[in-house]
Amino acid sequence: MAQSDQHLDEPSGTRRDFLFVATGAAGGIATAAAVWPLINQMNPSADVQALSSIQVDVSAVDVGSQLTIKFLGKPVFIRHRTPEEIQAAREFDVSQLPDPLARNANLPADAPATDEDRSLDEAGEWLVMWGVCTHLGCVPLGEAGEFNGWFCPCHGSVYDTSGRIRKGPAPENLHIPEASFVSDGVVQLG
Amino acid sequence: MSGIPHDHYEPKTSGEKWVESRLPVLGLLHSTLFIPTPRNLNWMWIWGIVLAFCLVMQIATGVVLVMHYNPSVSGAFASVEHIMRDVNAGWALRYVHANGASLFFFAVYCHIFRGIFYGSYKAPREITWIVGMLIFFLMMATAFMGYVLPWGQMSFWGATVITGFFSAIPLVGTSIQTWLLGGPAVDNPTLNRFFSLHYLLPFVIAGLVAVHIWAFHTTGNNNPTGVEVRRGSKAEAERDTLPFWPYFVIKDLFALVFVLVIFAAIVGFMPNFLGHPDNYVEANPLKTPAHIVPEWYFLPYYAMLRAITFDIFFINSKLAGVLAMFGSIAVLLLLPWLDTSRVRSGRYRPMFKVWFWLLVADFVMLMWCGSQPPEQPFVIMSQLGTFYWFAFFLVILPILGVVEKPLTPPDTIEADFRAHYGGDGIGRATASHPAE
Repeated sequence: MAQSDQHLDEPSGTRRDFLFVATGAAGGIATAAAVWPLINQMNPSADVQALSSIQVDVSAVDVGSQLTIKFLGKPVFIRHRTPEEIQAAREFDVSQLPDPLARNANLPADAPATDEDRSLDEAGEWLVMWGVCTHLGCVPLGEAGEFNGWFCPCHGSVYDTSGRIRKGPAPENLHIPEASFVSDGVVQLG
Repeated sequence: MSGIPHDHYEPKTSGEKWVESRLPVLGLLHSTLFIPTPRNLNWMWIWGIVLAFCLVMQIATGVVLVMHYNPSVSGAFASVEHIMRDVNAGWALRYVHANGASLFFFAVYCHIFRGIFYGSYKAPREITWIVGMLIFFLMMATAFMGYVLPWGQMSFWGATVITGFFSAIPLVGTSIQTWLLGGPAVDNPTLNRFFSLHYLLPFVIAGLVAVHIWAFHTTGNNNPTGVEVRRGSKAEAERDTLPFWPYFVIKDLFALVFVLVIFAAIVGFMPNFLGHPDNYVEANPLKTPAHIVPEWYFLPYYAMLRAITFDIFFINSKLAGVLAMFGSIAVLLLLPWLDTSRVRSGRYRPMFKVWFWLLVADFVMLMWCGSQPPEQPFVIMSQLGTFYWFAFFLVILPILGVVEKPLTPPDTIEADFRAHYGGDGIGRATASHPAE
């Protein structure tokens, strides 16, 4: 009772009230500061982050063959396409595609899914993309499927020679990572 | 501890008095062991003991497996083979641990459906139920992370698919996924943290099991009639109950032996029956197995995840599938407040019984659908199954309590017991059931 009388006398709060709130606030902040490193340690460590950019020598990849490399824990397809594959990819009408976007990290997000927007070089000889099916993350097989592009064995998604989804449950075209030629025959990812 | 009137512990020797006055642990043990238990409990009340045994068995085998396991992507798979071939009886320890998870889930599903049928979640046992559901959730997390440790193909791709759920969360999903994995994909940091948590969580579960037992020792056990033990006097309570020791301990141990005979047969003769051959192939991030399936105990939720192939309003199908999967378990948490019937036990609810068995059948059907490739007719079956699962909890249960005309439960547990086993009164059996 004495305490509540005191509150009536000093409606702005007593010195004890102030100390109570200040101690609680300091304790809360100190606890949060102590817990944060325990949570943040689970984020990618420095060595994992250091691998976020690699260079790949593709000079030995012949026309009509494909290199699959592991980048950031996931497969990347680097394909040296044949003229027939390029032609088939460039002739197809973009408006017929289930996913109209290029999904190319090097271009604006709304770039259309033309083969020119997806291939690495202007001539379209090189196609670089994540080997991760956009349905449930399986790895599609190369030179397979109805369009001789990629075929996902898990749930039957069919991609064309430009890695664009044409049939099956996958919602999007195969994604394209940040990639560029840094010199003749060397591709930098990331 | 229990509100049911019973004899309390009185320390007799000077040694007991010395301990009890300093730490009342003997009294605690006494009231736990001799707790008055409804005498009409049927065989569906044995799963608690089986579950307690499973937890101890998994911790015991797990702790020794860790002595030989190497938690790194370069060594994990080989170290599991080392356990299988080189470690003394390592094959037995690993097969017991792996199949022990299956027994654990089989028992927990029996235990949960028992609770649903007999209304064990209803007042005043809501906290027992909710703590039980938390244990179930932690069990699933522990089992999932344990399955990743052998670092086989199914370990790796299962982890990829499951952690991929988090990427469905809008805005922060990818950040959360990266935080969980410790990198852009499942890799060494993921394996190490899963190992750490797989070791930690069983001890958290053990703590929650103590709370679970504490809670239902406070309210007293439910029983097949759903009628409460009479608490007017000790004599009255004794006509409805028997002490846990020795009556129920012996009964439970007998059931446990029976269950363990079957378990031993599976471990001994068909240890890989419930596993996947793909998990004997080392994890390869560049090659996906043709058909990714989780362990059998996760199949119903996996079926519900895949059943949502369409957008629901503004929620895209991927996120909606994840919400359906987690929601299917979340509705269980709300069960005490979704059931509006004033009769506790399903034994006296003629309409509820039908819907309940349909729910069990639905669960089994979803389990089967989850094991099949996502094609017709399994997609539509999963969709119907998912629809029924949610309809049962969110629509049927609340309405049933209003429209159903329940039968009249017996007045007392004693009356129920006598109706089943004869006798003119407790402790004075008739000639057909002579006393030993």
